[in-house]
Amino acid sequence: MSSADIVALLPLIILGATSVAVMLAIAVRRNHAVAAGISLVGLAVAFWSLWPAAAVVPQQVTPLLIIDRFSLYYFGLIIAATFAVIFMAYGYFERHDVQREEFYILLLVATLGSAVLVASDHFISFFLGLEILSVTLYALSAYLVDREVALEAGMKYLVLAAASAAFLLFGMALVYAQSGTMEFPVLARDLAAGGAVHLWVLAGVAFMITGFGFKLAVFPFHLWTPDVYQGAPAPVTAFIASASKGAMFAILLRFFYESGSRDLHSIYLIFAIIAIASMIAGNLLALLQNNVKRILAYSSIAHLGYLLVAFEAGGIMGAAAGTFYLTAYMVTTLGAFGVITVLSSSDRDAEDIEDYRGLFWRRPVLATVFTAMLFSLAGIPLTAGFLGKFYTVAAATNSSIWVLIFVLVVASAIGLFYYLRVVVAMFSTERVPGLPERTLPAVPAMGGLSLAALSFVLIWLGVYPHVILNAIRAAMSGLF
Amino acid sequence: MILVWLIAIPLVTGIVAGLVARRSQLLCRWLSLLAMVAGFAMSVAIWVHDYSHIQLLTQRLWIAQIDVPWIASFGIHFHLAMDGMSLLLITLTFLLGITSVMISWREIHDGVGFFHFNLLWVFAGIVGVFLAMDLFLFYFAWELMLIPMYFLIAIWGHERRIYASVKFFLFTQLSGLLMLVAILTLYFAHHAATGVYSFEYADLMGTPMAPHVAMLVMLGFFVAFAVKLPMFPFHTWLPDAHTEAPTAGSVVLAGLLLKTGAYGLLRFVLPLFPDAVHRFAPIATGLAVVGILYGALLAYGQTDLKRLVAYTSVSHMGFVLLGIFIGTPLAIAGAFITIIAHGISTSTMFMTVGMVQERTHTRDMDKLGGLWQTVPRLSGASLFFVLASIGLPGMGDFVGEFLVLLGTFRVSPVLAGLATIGVLCSTFYGLKFVARAFHGSNTHQWKLADLSGREIAIVSAMMVLLLWLGLYPQPVLNTFQPNLQRLEQVVNGPNMAFRR
Repeated sequence: MSSADIVALLPLIILGATSVAVMLAIAVRRNHAVAAGISLVGLAVAFWSLWPAAAVVPQQVTPLLIIDRFSLYYFGLIIAATFAVIFMAYGYFERHDVQREEFYILLLVATLGSAVLVASDHFISFFLGLEILSVTLYALSAYLVDREVALEAGMKYLVLAAASAAFLLFGMALVYAQSGTMEFPVLARDLAAGGAVHLWVLAGVAFMITGFGFKLAVFPFHLWTPDVYQGAPAPVTAFIASASKGAMFAILLRFFYESGSRDLHSIYLIFAIIAIASMIAGNLLALLQNNVKRILAYSSIAHLGYLLVAFEAGGIMGAAAGTFYLTAYMVTTLGAFGVITVLSSSDRDAEDIEDYRGLFWRRPVLATVFTAMLFSLAGIPLTAGFLGKFYTVAAATNSSIWVLIFVLVVASAIGLFYYLRVVVAMFSTERVPGLPERTLPAVPAMGGLSLAALSFVLIWLGVYPHVILNAIRAAMSGLF
Repeated sequence: MILVWLIAIPLVTGIVAGLVARRSQLLCRWLSLLAMVAGFAMSVAIWVHDYSHIQLLTQRLWIAQIDVPWIASFGIHFHLAMDGMSLLLITLTFLLGITSVMISWREIHDGVGFFHFNLLWVFAGIVGVFLAMDLFLFYFAWELMLIPMYFLIAIWGHERRIYASVKFFLFTQLSGLLMLVAILTLYFAHHAATGVYSFEYADLMGTPMAPHVAMLVMLGFFVAFAVKLPMFPFHTWLPDAHTEAPTAGSVVLAGLLLKTGAYGLLRFVLPLFPDAVHRFAPIATGLAVVGILYGALLAYGQTDLKRLVAYTSVSHMGFVLLGIFIGTPLAIAGAFITIIAHGISTSTMFMTVGMVQERTHTRDMDKLGGLWQTVPRLSGASLFFVLASIGLPGMGDFVGEFLVLLGTFRVSPVLAGLATIGVLCSTFYGLKFVARAFHGSNTHQWKLADLSGREIAIVSAMMVLLLWLGLYPQPVLNTFQPNLQRLEQVVNGPNMAFRR
């Protein structure tokens, strides 16, 4: 392995080393602040190492991993998201009487898994990354073992993720059986060589879509989402919603664009149907919810549907639009769950819509942040979500996929209903008679800090996205 | 730079006023008022200063403009520009801004800071809409003005405010998204033709498109503007929003938000898609006339004073739509005068209704009656604005609607005849409004305070303006003239619609 390989792998190596360091620190002495501190420093160093790595890319490290600008962009995104999650989690777990330190190990390993996923160029690394991520997520979802919903969430995630991984493996096996390769680029050459695509390859890719669909939580593989979102501790939900889905979308782009299987008509059609169903089902089901976490869960299904519209748009513009949308969505969803996290008390998470009634009049800043996040999800100007939606519609218009655009427009309008419901509750001036005034926990300093940073990024992306757009354009060179 | 100031003043003052309200509500109100007065003074100053050469604006397109790159990778510019039409509408905007701050002086007690924040931000958004010449920026401002408006209705509105605000938001958002798709289609069509990515208004004009594509893109824009206007059958959000909004909210809605729809038609739809407009004109004018009659009919059926006024807006805005799509210079000029005059008269009608409601806590005609005996000044003022609204000669609305009818008659006597019936109907609802609420005997024994000094100041200023518009509209017409000429140039000939 050359020194360039090592430099390119630095982000992954540092992530791995940090989790070991946290483990060793726990062995010496249990201390919540130290564990969180080491994790944050490790993540910061890993983020810094993106620049030296950027000097040597693109670099194929063994046949398994490809470190290019695309990988590095997503590394940065995932590491930053984990950073924000730790900021929120620290205050959250301070309130809980559990073994707190292992949370950071699990989270760092999950981050490592996501990063491997992003950089994988081979079925083996793809599957390894996916499993590293999944296995840690089972434990993370059920981290608060004294809560029944958390256990249920962990179990549900375990069973369904295992089943979908089996589908994914079977799909890979079918593709391998026919084409004799597990490397994406080789697969691409085979597909590009022309001739009719063998039925097995097609079936294999279709089976793999099941695996992708599960992790992305798109219709009809979305059934776990609301329960896991609701049951898992709020910071873990934030991680699942942002980093885990982000990594999965990255590998979706990488696999389907690089192998060229996106261009197969039947695959294209499957994704179009999934996108339409997700947008409609996600938004309609969200209308029926009274639990903010579940609302965000169903809204995430819809948002992944919008992302698939960008995916379907294709070309550099589609991939770039999807990546920008995802960036905006990660910032937004982290912010939204950040608000839930800082409002949660030791016995329960702040997840009922009633918890938010009149919040603006008691905690104006927090309510404003949450409103900004919800407006970003709804795609209202000044926020990142607006530009994301703009970019996605632009890419889709450029590709003239009118049916998908039309569904997106209608679905976004439906989506407004439930975002506004939460907003209305927050700005409501009425007191619920008979309900005692719930005392709001004080906002922990670190949680407040991360919310401030996320709000800043939200507005920055929404008003002056120039820098990030250029970074994304450059990153797309890895795909094309 | 002055254009940036026009937007920045309400934006910044909104934040400051929102923050100081915790210390002193009075300071917050005065600051907001000061910002509106400053904006008004600036726009009047531009008007007076540049009046002589605005009329000769044939060489130079804009009175003032600013153009800096914003999001370069999409070819998006921060391009603001002002011509006669924008100038007049912005003057109207800040005029109504002053009145809506004043009218809320006693009405709003809760959340004063946030209220004024929203109010000022609505105005910033509206000014942005009137100034933006980059279509992305326009869409940005277009969407941005909705959020504070939504809050104004949802928080400070009346009984069914949640329903009304969500309905308002939904209608405008959905139609706005359609416009976004239309803007983007235009953008890519322009790129396909020239190889340049640009959202610039001047660049996109004359983009070659297949006729059916142009028609669909035009419809995308049209729907967004028709919902705002509102045109029958997209008007159903309006009565609810108007009725439930606080007085200042109704003033902004009737006086300005509806006008952004008309502005959009004049600024974008006609110049960008002359051919598609030509083909679509029969449908649009037909719907306009339906709106005129239907609005008047429904207005007559109301017993809620605010709802009645709301439906009269549907009827009056029908005239605006009719004038724009008939497309003769007379009709368009008439539509524009109607925009201004309706902005003044209807918003003041909402204010007088608000004053009645503030005193009696009801808007129901059946519970009112005989108010003239106890509040003669308020009743007299209401009568004045009702008369203006039903088109009494000598006041602004008359000039506008008369010009529209005149312009229409030359093109289509049938439509003109039907629209005239609408004018006739307006007499019925106008008189019903006055007779039921103010005349008769005071059976409910109302004993109320008459207009205060603050209210007299607002109402009499509006009266003077309406009379001025009615008796001497020439300065407004002169200022609008260059726009009219350019509209004619774009469509190659004096008459855009039927006479081709």
